[in-house]
Amino acid sequence: MGKINLPGIYVHVPFCKTKCPYCDFYSITDGSLVVSWLDGVQQEASLYSDEWPEPFDTLYIGGGTPSLLGERGLERLMGILQDGFSFALDAEVTIEANPEDVTPSLLACFKALGINRLSVGVQSLQEKELRFLQRRHTAAGAQKALELIQSTGFHNFGVDLMYGFRGQTMKSWSDTLDGALVWEPAHLSCYQFTLSGETPFGRMVSDGTLHRITEGQERRFFTHTSHFLRDRGFIHYEISNFAKEEGYFARHNMKYWQRAPYLGLGPAAHSFRDNVRWWNLRSVRDYCRLLREGRRPVEGQEELSSEDVRLEKLMLGFRTGDGVDIDDIVGQAAGIEALTRLASSGIVRIEGKRVLPTLDGYLIADRLPMIFFL
Amino acid sequence: MKHIRNFSIIAHIDHGKSTLADRLIQYTNLVDDRQFRDQILDTMDIERERGITIKSQTIDLPYTDNDGREFELNLIDTPGHVDFSYEVSRALASCEGVLLLVDASQGVEAQTLANLYAAMEHDLVIIPVINKIDLPVADVERVKLEIDHELGLDPDSAILCSAKEGTGIEDIFGAIIDRIPPPAGDPEKPLSALIFDAHYDPFRGTIVSCRVFDGTVRPGDMIRLMSNGMTYKVEEAGIFHLTREPGKELTAGMVGYIIAGIKTVSDTRIGDTITLDSDPAPTPLPGFKEVKPVVFSSIYPIASDDYQSLLEALEKYKLNDASLIYQKDSSAALGQGFRCGFLGLLHLEIVQERLEREFDQSIIMTAPSVQYRFILANGDVVTVDNPLYYPDPAKIKSSEEPFIKANILVPERYVGVVMKLCMERRGINSHLNYPTPGRVEVTFNMPLAEIIFDFYDKLKSITQGYGSFDYEITDYRESDLARLDILVNGEKVDALSILVHKERARDRAVTICERLKEEIPRQQFKIAIQGAIGGKIIARSTVSAFRKDVTAKCYGGDITRKRKLLEKQKKGKRRMRMVGNVEIPQSAFMAALKTDNE
Repeated sequence: MGKINLPGIYVHVPFCKTKCPYCDFYSITDGSLVVSWLDGVQQEASLYSDEWPEPFDTLYIGGGTPSLLGERGLERLMGILQDGFSFALDAEVTIEANPEDVTPSLLACFKALGINRLSVGVQSLQEKELRFLQRRHTAAGAQKALELIQSTGFHNFGVDLMYGFRGQTMKSWSDTLDGALVWEPAHLSCYQFTLSGETPFGRMVSDGTLHRITEGQERRFFTHTSHFLRDRGFIHYEISNFAKEEGYFARHNMKYWQRAPYLGLGPAAHSFRDNVRWWNLRSVRDYCRLLREGRRPVEGQEELSSEDVRLEKLMLGFRTGDGVDIDDIVGQAAGIEALTRLASSGIVRIEGKRVLPTLDGYLIADRLPMIFFL
Repeated sequence: MKHIRNFSIIAHIDHGKSTLADRLIQYTNLVDDRQFRDQILDTMDIERERGITIKSQTIDLPYTDNDGREFELNLIDTPGHVDFSYEVSRALASCEGVLLLVDASQGVEAQTLANLYAAMEHDLVIIPVINKIDLPVADVERVKLEIDHELGLDPDSAILCSAKEGTGIEDIFGAIIDRIPPPAGDPEKPLSALIFDAHYDPFRGTIVSCRVFDGTVRPGDMIRLMSNGMTYKVEEAGIFHLTREPGKELTAGMVGYIIAGIKTVSDTRIGDTITLDSDPAPTPLPGFKEVKPVVFSSIYPIASDDYQSLLEALEKYKLNDASLIYQKDSSAALGQGFRCGFLGLLHLEIVQERLEREFDQSIIMTAPSVQYRFILANGDVVTVDNPLYYPDPAKIKSSEEPFIKANILVPERYVGVVMKLCMERRGINSHLNYPTPGRVEVTFNMPLAEIIFDFYDKLKSITQGYGSFDYEITDYRESDLARLDILVNGEKVDALSILVHKERARDRAVTICERLKEEIPRQQFKIAIQGAIGGKIIARSTVSAFRKDVTAKCYGGDITRKRKLLEKQKKGKRRMRMVGNVEIPQSAFMAALKTDNE
């Protein structure tokens, strides 16, 4: 895993046909605002283009549902970005797409616009589960989209899947994984089903109408997923991410974990550079209004103290197979002592100057940084 | 001297002592309304927050009556809690009279009685004052009846007032002047002045509060403290208005202060007599005694490198609180710390809170213990207040623990639950007394150890706040004791050991194990908690390991949100202590000792 110093761009496309009840990313279903949003992104790009002159080596178009932009919308978006910023020749350019939007002409458009990586929101290949998750596609539809992508010669594509909700079994989950692997994706993101408070599912949990699976079940799903995919040659390089080989690691997402700089465009997008983090307003209208007035649509920002930086390094590092620099641990209060304990109980491995989480370590990655602060 | 009156206000907690003091001060126009704030005599944050008085304060109130006569009324405000009863007794010794404050809705309470007895011991004039008559639930007639039956005072002599509304204040001033005699004493006799309190001032050293009985003291005089013979040169003497007012002299009958280059408060003893080195009084004033701590607990810094800082904090704290004693202590589990002695549980809590708030220390306190006596086979008697020094059980011939006489006043309907509580706490020789219809005075002999934890809280809750409680230590009695050890993952946590009565050992062990199970957060491995006496395990519980703790996503680039979550946890971690390989939160050390699982 090489060091990634060049910055990346994230564009948040905040539009969806329908809202999925588990998702807490910002999006709206009012497609009439797409043009204003594009105007906003254009304005925002012009505000930042001078400050970010260095070439970007990743671009990630996420959402929301970016595939909803259609060919014309995407053409304009790519034009805006190419006018405003410079990109490395081998830049990774990713777009998220929903299976129901994937058509031969859209794929051709992606290629023509230089988009070289696809992340497909499949979630499940079981009809019952897709209905529970309120997705708009069917299992057959998803299979068809994946087939189309593969046959179009998109080698670098990833499939997003979800596991660990009520009604799913280890068997149905394995079937979904198998079903996705048929199309030889280079990358798999397997997200543990998360119930956050401000979503419809989250509220159902508070009401008692939806139940979580037990911690033991969560653990079994997690370890099963890891073993299943590693047995089939994948590298478990981050908590929720698997790649066929190192070259297929999601280069853009790696920037988040490795604390490389990134510029976020669009409502609710987050940015980071030189130990400053800032984030945009979570409203398309406010975002557009501020930009029309020539102002930055920033809702908040924070400058990281050295303490914050230390915490982030551990917090993010333990999420990846690359782990944490041993010097960042030894400096902590409970450093060496805790490290010895964790290593001897098989939660981390020490390799040269890196402290790497094992599968048991991944399982408690949120807890690991805390163990060093005492 | 006939224009001086020295008086104090005594009351059960919450009966309105500080409010009445506020009103008296306001009446004399000593402060203008702009400067005034409630509880004006309580200067410490903790006093104002808890609504209690910890240190005595004195204020000289200038008062002119309707005939134009000018008076100096010295109000000596005393602490209102049983932990500080010796301080109270010395303050009372400095007065000729007291206002005995009774809440018009609550009536006479246990501390009202205890305070009354204390005042009677000093032959003080007692002026009953019925406060809070403005309350809708005020029942003046019933309270008058109680004053008659329970206190044996003339109910018609009681003054009605509402300190909150400011009614009856003039009557109180009238009574102070008419009923309380002016101080006696001879300014020409050798000096004898009673120390009833001492404060520390970072610029001036110790400010000694005293009442002069005979003689005169002036700046420049060499004074001598009669208990230890130490001599000091008086730099300043004066009286208290809201601030210190230096004067030319303090003379017989007066209440005031002396500054004499006394470095720390601990160099003075409350109750000691000040005399002149050149012309000493033949005998000290009566009633002096060394205050002895009754409750002991160890204090450890949460981070062991903070030991030095804790030591400095204790040294500073001690400057102003001579009744706290401490010495070095060390525990295998918690490292270097201090064994401390306190006057009681409230005193312990105050010290803990002030160390944390005013001195910014993060500390762990171990379970409070009383002082036990062990008579060994070879005839030696050892006193142990720290479970670490529990003698080899094979060598113990017999053991003893301190007993108290508990005095509880409750409405009749609560007698049953109070009796039950006292029996559970090994109470014996119960005695019931019916001072007035509907009310019962319950007395019990009980081990001190049984009340030092949550007895008072428990009493308050089972009597819905109507029970009041007071106690005095009486004697040592034979008792079958053992040391209960707590093991976490097989490792003994010495700081959690307690000395217990054998009959109570199993219950305590089970409760502690359950409590710890709740307090110790799950960790990445299973944690076994065991209670043991000798090598024998008598209780156990288990904290299961967490199986999984990781969120699927990092929310796109929103690292901030995730980090904030961790920062919250990290704050919690500051209050944890590593014992072996287990993180034990500070709260566990105290919570483990609460007896109920409520």
